[in-house]
Amino acid sequence: MYSEKVMDHFANPRNVGEIPDADGIGKVGNPQCGDVMWLYIKVKDGIITDIKFKTFGCGAAIATSSMITEMARGKTLDEAKKISRADVATSLDGLPPQKMHCSNLAADALREAIKDYEAKMAAKA
Amino acid sequence: MRRVYFDHSATSRVLPEVFEAMAPFYTERFGNASSLHSFGREARASMEHARKHLAALINAEPGEIVFTSGGTEADNLAIKGVAAYKGRAKGHIVTTCIEHHAVLESCAHLKRLGFEVTELPVSGEGIVDVGEAERAIRDDTVLVSVMAANNEIGTIQPIREIGAIARSRGIPFHTDAVQAIGKMAIDVKRDNIDLLALSAHKFHGPKGIGALYVRKGTEVDPQIHGGGHERGLRSSTENVPGIVGLGKAAEIARRDFDSTTAAMRGMRDRIIQRVPELVPRAYLNGHRARRLVNNVNFRFDFIEGEALMLQLDMKGVAVSTGSACSTGSLEPSHVLMALGLSHEQAHGNLRLTLGRENTYEDVDHFLAVLPGIVSRLREISPFNEARDAGGEGGSCVQ
Repeated sequence: MYSEKVMDHFANPRNVGEIPDADGIGKVGNPQCGDVMWLYIKVKDGIITDIKFKTFGCGAAIATSSMITEMARGKTLDEAKKISRADVATSLDGLPPQKMHCSNLAADALREAIKDYEAKMAAKA
Repeated sequence: MRRVYFDHSATSRVLPEVFEAMAPFYTERFGNASSLHSFGREARASMEHARKHLAALINAEPGEIVFTSGGTEADNLAIKGVAAYKGRAKGHIVTTCIEHHAVLESCAHLKRLGFEVTELPVSGEGIVDVGEAERAIRDDTVLVSVMAANNEIGTIQPIREIGAIARSRGIPFHTDAVQAIGKMAIDVKRDNIDLLALSAHKFHGPKGIGALYVRKGTEVDPQIHGGGHERGLRSSTENVPGIVGLGKAAEIARRDFDSTTAAMRGMRDRIIQRVPELVPRAYLNGHRARRLVNNVNFRFDFIEGEALMLQLDMKGVAVSTGSACSTGSLEPSHVLMALGLSHEQAHGNLRLTLGRENTYEDVDHFLAVLPGIVSRLREISPFNEARDAGGEGGSCVQ
């Protein structure tokens, strides 16, 4: 039911961890529903220089978390904001239909992390 | 890589002996059991031979066995056929909240037609209370249905006691014994059972065949109408190869009952003992002793069941989970929720169901790979001892 790419990212997730001095943190999902993603970003000159995640959830939840760290690293914030749920799913060669909604939260987590960063910047300014 | 199959409650392998018994009925002895010629007569004789073996397994009379396409159909026939007997359009049904969907959805269907349904709760260990069952029975109760043993957590229900109460009130008692057959002794006479559903593929028979035991004198309306097969209770040309396979599987289950149940119990107990020793924050779901000899069900804090199941699969171990991610809905298993577990606890659940062909090498392989998998998933998880998942909330609809 999962593509080979999903299974690869699930079995060998990239960029697992936390960034203690993260510039932005995005927390989405709900443990009650079985999926929670926490995404940490470091930003320099408007570019995402480091990104890490921690995820509680199923195979798709872990794979999409891993995939988005690869997609967002090195991108400008504007480029990163444009990454959609569908983009993440496509990069993984698709997700099973029932996983498209409940476990495909990575794009939301990234946007939340950027929002958090921008709010912090606005507060500083 | 070693492959270990620990999902026998999903389905089990057709034993070679069973397969060999079935094969001629596809190719040479292919007659229709209703035909009067020699081809038909040999099919009929083999079918009746199988019926005897199945009846013997549960201490029924051969004439009380109705072959069906499986457990689901047997449950449907029992529940709809008894409750809505002769067009009855209302009445009360007592069942439990941990039944298989074949029972719960049949009851839900009757509810839509005007029946009332009481779903008995279970204790935190997954057992129905006999007193509660007794109090639930009303003057207009037309059926009591309580499973013999649960498919997810393996808890064995007090069917003999509940059956006795139903019998004393003159109410038919049905039990879904799909998971119980071959793993615990069932005696329809001793256990006061009027209707019992079973399925061949759960005990090394073929898929697509099951049976409903209908105690003599129990009033059941057929749900499939046609040529009047199975004493008019289940029309359709009999699945003779399937029936022969079911009969052979029943014969073997009875013959090997003591040795196979003892072996499964030993392996089960080793897993139940070792897992919490090897993995912190692992908890057994269900009752420690009143459980099927082949059922193990653990939950693990901070991780999700489907991820665990997939990781075990990569190490060759086939198990199952009742997490929401495996069910395709947003809700975890109704059985785990009925135990009073929180959603997040129910998500981290793992079911192992052993079979007669498993070995201690299988058990040790599982025990060797499990701790590393759990700790790796916990490293990925944002939750841990210091930072529990509790307290987070919100809607599940994304």
